[in-house]
Amino acid sequence: MQITLKLFATFRTARFKIAPQEVPAGTKCLAIVINLGLTEDEVGVVLVNGRHATLDHILHDNDTLSLFPLVGGG
Amino acid sequence: MDKILRVNMSDQTTRLEAVPAEWAGLGGRGLTSTIVAAEVPASCHALGAHNKLVFAPGLLTGTAAANSGRLSAGAKSPLTGTIKESNAGGTAAQMLARLGIKALIIEGMPAKDAWYSLHVNKDGVTIQEETELIGKGNFAVIEALEARLGKKTGVLTIGPVGELKMTAANISVKDPDSKIRSHGRGGLGAVMGSKKIKFISIDDAGGPGIKIADPEKFKLAARTFAKALLAHPVSGEGLPTYGTNVLVNVLNEAGGLPTRNFTYGSFEGADKISGETMHDVISARGGKTRHGCHAGCIIQCSQVYNDKDGKYLTSGFEYETIWGLGADCCIDNLDDIARADSIMDDIGIDSIETAVMFGVAMEAGILSFGDSKEMLRLLGEEIGKGTPLGRILGGGAGSVGKAYGVTRVPVVKNQGIPAYDPRSVKGIGITYATSTMGADHTAGYTIATNILNVGGYVDPLKKEGQVELSRNLQIATAAVDSTGMCIFVAFPALDIPECLPALIDMINARFGINLTGDDVTNLGKHILKVEHQFNIEAGFTKEHDRLPEFFNTEKVAPHNAVWDFSGEEIDEFWNF
Repeated sequence: MQITLKLFATFRTARFKIAPQEVPAGTKCLAIVINLGLTEDEVGVVLVNGRHATLDHILHDNDTLSLFPLVGGG
Repeated sequence: MDKILRVNMSDQTTRLEAVPAEWAGLGGRGLTSTIVAAEVPASCHALGAHNKLVFAPGLLTGTAAANSGRLSAGAKSPLTGTIKESNAGGTAAQMLARLGIKALIIEGMPAKDAWYSLHVNKDGVTIQEETELIGKGNFAVIEALEARLGKKTGVLTIGPVGELKMTAANISVKDPDSKIRSHGRGGLGAVMGSKKIKFISIDDAGGPGIKIADPEKFKLAARTFAKALLAHPVSGEGLPTYGTNVLVNVLNEAGGLPTRNFTYGSFEGADKISGETMHDVISARGGKTRHGCHAGCIIQCSQVYNDKDGKYLTSGFEYETIWGLGADCCIDNLDDIARADSIMDDIGIDSIETAVMFGVAMEAGILSFGDSKEMLRLLGEEIGKGTPLGRILGGGAGSVGKAYGVTRVPVVKNQGIPAYDPRSVKGIGITYATSTMGADHTAGYTIATNILNVGGYVDPLKKEGQVELSRNLQIATAAVDSTGMCIFVAFPALDIPECLPALIDMINARFGINLTGDDVTNLGKHILKVEHQFNIEAGFTKEHDRLPEFFNTEKVAPHNAVWDFSGEEIDEFWNF
């Protein structure tokens, strides 16, 4: 199946902003994170289709996964 | 010994007073709100002789504690009609603290039709008549005062917008690079203008300095505190690298980025105005991605943004300003937003109120959505010059909404709603509704827990837990705002167990006292209640603790969320 992967802040460094990804059905967010060479601890915010999700969340075809390090402001 | 400076503009006298015992343990917001509540009749006209403008450094300001250099300004707000505290960085807070000044209280109104300035130094405060700088922008005031009084002079100043008493006027504070920080919200610049004070200059030479009761204990706690600030990924890495503007992409992805005057929750041009893009633009043009608003800031969330020729354009360029003039006005040209930021600093107007106002003005048809050139013209030529249209715009979002019959006007208690849509980030809606300040995201920043996974997680799209989250954060914030600390210390304080105790230890070591965590919580509660009582006496009821009607009826994409809290549910907030 295909998902859209969006990366933000330092996660973009030497990677990309947005890219389609071909992944096996039943893939969890964590697998994508590890595939990027990131660790669980480095991930701050996980959004699937604009909603907060955990790294255990199972992705579906055409999902958009957005990954952020821990960031803040205001 | 600490003292209170009191200036009476009616009879042109100044006094040095001892600090009353009941004010001794207060600083920053706790002190300004206490003084305003005690001395200003709640029913007074905010621009009349009975209002008072109070400045107070925080409890830790002037010490070596990291990020402790914030100055609180307080008064009855001409924008909201409520009590107001607005705090800012810059150099003034630490200078006042080193002079042993716990608060500067300005009262009355001059009978004579003339402008004045105040000069604060080790001997107290003096009033002088001012002619040369009247009508000048804030950058010109700072430049002239440095030439007149010396490079190190601290400056608090109002621009033409404050002189003309427009209710979105701010008070500008000189920063360490002779640029500007602002007491932005609530129209405090108009209060200063009503007292006919163009600027306050500060010379801290020969001041008594800060005495620490237990220097060893202070040093130890200060080290632990600074370590926590640097260890947390938000204050130690995210904010220094991208500034507060890192939030554009996060809120955009989460559907909480108010767009086209709060019509949508995400913006097509978001990436062009994002913190990531801004970081790259600043680096490519030889600007600075890190910058502190006061000496001793180790978070360094600010920056210096240059134009395409490498020339200084603006600094202190914040997420809320960029969101408002960007997504909310459908402008994706970061350079034009930076130009607007610089004009707003110079003419002295709150960049949040003004950004929200432009969204309403675009809806009203005064200019088109996306028309950044006309926005710049309106800022400089209409608001900055005080034309009749400029005065309507300079009155903020509510003023424009009334004048043009707009129904989608995002304000609470007439103060513009910032940067986070309350329908899709519900905790912040509770803060907007209940804050004693009118719509103010900093009063209880639930974004941390609703969106950023700091201090736990409360689902932003559900109602459960939001009232409690907002209440806890508003109590904690009222206390932190009294210490002189930058509110961003809350990020490590929410996640790193040693951080808050170290902050309390610093206060204890500074004054030789023994506050506990509970004492600090009680202080926060007390401040909120004092402020709330003032507002009640000023005529506010629970019916004012509500969001504008359109949030109940208009669904915001992409989550199609509406504001669905009942009045009774919101009113639970005050149950503490």
